[in-house]
Amino acid sequence: MGIIIFVVILLAFWQGGYYLCVDMLHLCKSYSVPSPIGVVNRFIELCEDGSIFQATGLSLLRGIAGFAIAVLVGVAIGFLINHFGYLQKNLKPIILGVQTLPSVCWVPFSILWFGLSTQAIIFVVVMGSAFSISIAVDNAIKNIQPIYYKAALTMGATKRQIYSYVVFPAALPELISGLKQGWSFAWRALMAGEVMTTSISLGQTLIMGRDLADINQVALVMIIIILVGIIIDKCIFSVIEKRVLSKRGLA
Amino acid sequence: MGLTFEGVSKKFDTSENAILKNIDLTIEQGEFVCIVGESGCGKSTLLNLAAGLEKPTEGHIYLDGEEVKAPSADRTVMFQEHGLYPWLSVIDNVKFGMKLEGVPRKEQEERALHYLDMVHLTEYKDYYIHQLSGGMRQRTALARALTINSKILLMDEPFSALDKQTSNRLREELQKIWMETKKTVLFITHSVEEAIYLADRVVVLSPRKNGVSDIIDVNLPRPRKIYSNEFVELRKRILGEVRS
Repeated sequence: MGIIIFVVILLAFWQGGYYLCVDMLHLCKSYSVPSPIGVVNRFIELCEDGSIFQATGLSLLRGIAGFAIAVLVGVAIGFLINHFGYLQKNLKPIILGVQTLPSVCWVPFSILWFGLSTQAIIFVVVMGSAFSISIAVDNAIKNIQPIYYKAALTMGATKRQIYSYVVFPAALPELISGLKQGWSFAWRALMAGEVMTTSISLGQTLIMGRDLADINQVALVMIIIILVGIIIDKCIFSVIEKRVLSKRGLA
Repeated sequence: MGLTFEGVSKKFDTSENAILKNIDLTIEQGEFVCIVGESGCGKSTLLNLAAGLEKPTEGHIYLDGEEVKAPSADRTVMFQEHGLYPWLSVIDNVKFGMKLEGVPRKEQEERALHYLDMVHLTEYKDYYIHQLSGGMRQRTALARALTINSKILLMDEPFSALDKQTSNRLREELQKIWMETKKTVLFITHSVEEAIYLADRVVVLSPRKNGVSDIIDVNLPRPRKIYSNEFVELRKRILGEVRS
């Protein structure tokens, strides 16, 4: 509740500032500063032809598809670098390095390989988030308390049983926060990919706002990107995380 | 039969000297043996060797004639820090070993409830570990260890992280349970009272000898009383041995 009041106050300041600087003092031109009312009006217009919903839906779909692939790839790599000492020593530093690369750097590569296509965008998403997931998986397994293994071994656990009954559940809380972070990387990478290529998407709606010098549309799309990010985080990852942690008395 | 150490020595890479040198010791089937000694005398190392969690540098360990090479359910361990799984309820923790073994579900339930009753935790079976007190956690760990039909139960200072009142109570209960089950037990402790209270034989380890300095038979009738004259006499003798 408190946050809603805060946001309302923020919007009031924004609208007031706009009114003061643009309408009264004429410090800025109206096409260079967005206003809450302008954004809402643009939102209603874009709702009427349905294009904003289509763009949001398609972006979300691509984001989810890319994230799903990133999870598969990332978990597999994370598992391998954790399991094999050779990879831990040699591959992990490289992955850590590649992870620092901004995802937009993968766009040229992606376009040369896949053209201006959906695959190109998904490739950027996967490259943008898979490695952070790998590192999270590796760390999650490393941080498991040794006594969990010892207890299982002295109860007769086989290697496979240790993975399914000890490693997986013990690493789960960290794994989930790793996936949560992976999603935020994926969502950012998606925008980088969409802005650089062409398709019906939030990224292109943003670029269209620039091309039409429609600052309110630009602001609108940015707000939608933020809101989708928050909603996915709060409604999916945080809910799962809370459940897992409260059972263990960690929440 | 039983657990046998034959000329066992253990040296860690991190230190020049062996922590245990040339240990010969047998724990007979159905016997309750306590190992006492000051910290650093290698008593926990001895238990880890028996569990197969560590490998001896020299010598061999046999359980019922079979050499110990790796951890197994035949030599289950109850740890000082319980080692329970926080993502499982009390009863699921107790069932864990049976699940690994592939015991049918119905039998798992029956056996788990039987041992939970034995440690007075039936009411708490659906609790999670963080909701339990330290004493209840160790009771859960004890129930879990008992459900595994191990040939020997290895106990690594299981009560030493608890307050005195709780550990006294658990000790009493362990004595009672042992009188019922007659399990072979190797019990590590730094408390001489605890050792005399529980054991058929007390093995004193000395850090200066890197090994066994004495083995004392405790021929007191069970259930034992801590303040009987014989108890106090034995305590004096063993304490002298531990400190020498």
